[in-house]
Amino acid sequence: MKKQQITLKVNGKDRELLVKSNDLLLNVLRDTLGLMGTKYGCGLGECGACTVLLNGKSVLSCLILAVSVDGQEITTVEGLGNFANLNPLQKSFIDHGAVQCGFCTSGMLMTGEALLQENPNPSESEIRDYLRGVLCRCTGYAAIVKAIKAVGDKEKA
Amino acid sequence: MKTDSKILAADFEYLHCKTQVEALDYLAEHGGSAKILAGGTDLLVKMKTGALQCDRLISIQQIASLNYLRDSVTSLKIGAVTTLREVETNPQVKLHYSALFEALRSMAATSVRNMGTIGGNLCNGSPAADTAPPLLVFDAAVTLTSKQSQRTLPIAEFFLGPGKTALAAGELMTEIELPMPATYSGSSFLKLGRVAADIAKINVAVYLERDGAICRECRIAFGAVAPTPLRLLAAEAMLRGKRVTAELFKEVGQSAAELIQPITDKRSSSSYRTRVSPILLEEALIAAWRRSGGEV
Repeated sequence: MKKQQITLKVNGKDRELLVKSNDLLLNVLRDTLGLMGTKYGCGLGECGACTVLLNGKSVLSCLILAVSVDGQEITTVEGLGNFANLNPLQKSFIDHGAVQCGFCTSGMLMTGEALLQENPNPSESEIRDYLRGVLCRCTGYAAIVKAIKAVGDKEKA
Repeated sequence: MKTDSKILAADFEYLHCKTQVEALDYLAEHGGSAKILAGGTDLLVKMKTGALQCDRLISIQQIASLNYLRDSVTSLKIGAVTTLREVETNPQVKLHYSALFEALRSMAATSVRNMGTIGGNLCNGSPAADTAPPLLVFDAAVTLTSKQSQRTLPIAEFFLGPGKTALAAGELMTEIELPMPATYSGSSFLKLGRVAADIAKINVAVYLERDGAICRECRIAFGAVAPTPLRLLAAEAMLRGKRVTAELFKEVGQSAAELIQPITDKRSSSSYRTRVSPILLEEALIAAWRRSGGEV
């Protein structure tokens, strides 16, 4: 299959890539760019593990053709912060023990981050509603919701 | 069939469109061998699982001229490529079109609604499409455009069967128009699914116009109970022009069981759908009536 050149702004950096028409954004991020934080869960849009931000909005990278987002901005969990410099939501997940096996965590963080950007001080029910469809098989939802709420509460304080 | 959902194995030509003209040119040239890619939340899943094959994808998601919500005193016009979430978060939708707002809120996950488009939800032709019953009761019209021509038809004439719509080869849905509801009117949408983000086992939308205690106009539509989303004209006739009472709403609700033709599939059984439809309709009628300012 013919490859096509695209440019993605990933976590603030322009990346030139050669992709096939059927390459999924998820696999380009993980396999080509080595950004393993974004997870492959179901591949069918049911679980939210592959959530990234596309121009600031949460989307599922397993159902996006890389070629279709040429020229656009992607943020992955690696773009939120790093060990030395955690973003407030990442810090809050650690403080609240909101991570069990960790597989859903990047999807939860990216969806939570999208929510906080839209609504800096969401209520518990707004958080639960927004996160609907991001699945945690360890069922650790209570701590995840608390971690997101705490960031909003601090924003208000 | 066992499939690897990590990759998209299908081989196809990707045709990116920035303008409606480009998309219509591609459609005229490749109509039969191409599929239209909008949000991709249904299409790419079907391609991954092998349920759908095609040689070409015509990508329309970045056609800016098809992404809009325009309201006036007489109607709301929605570009077909507008995402479900853009429609949901539009203040006019929340204010005037409660049934559509509730349908959108009930759909899938935030990220899916950030991707999926209103045109895609309709053109997919699913009998369970959540936006279909509200658009039916608001008497929406859809505009279908091809390289040669353009036509507008009532949404009721758009659905022909499971996966089948009135879209002809070479046609693209470009706009959905909803008339402004009457002043003393109310609407509601209810849905039963296995979990909150699920596809509907059954869904219903109701639109009522009130004149004092009289129901002046009434439109009722169910989804996932027939080969297409379905208006219940006989039930509407029971209510139109009548004085509203709790008993009448119950009677109209009960008529639903006779008027729908549900099947048994992986989401629910024919018998469950039939038995739950009267309760769902009665509750939707009460909610819409109260929103119109009526008491019951």
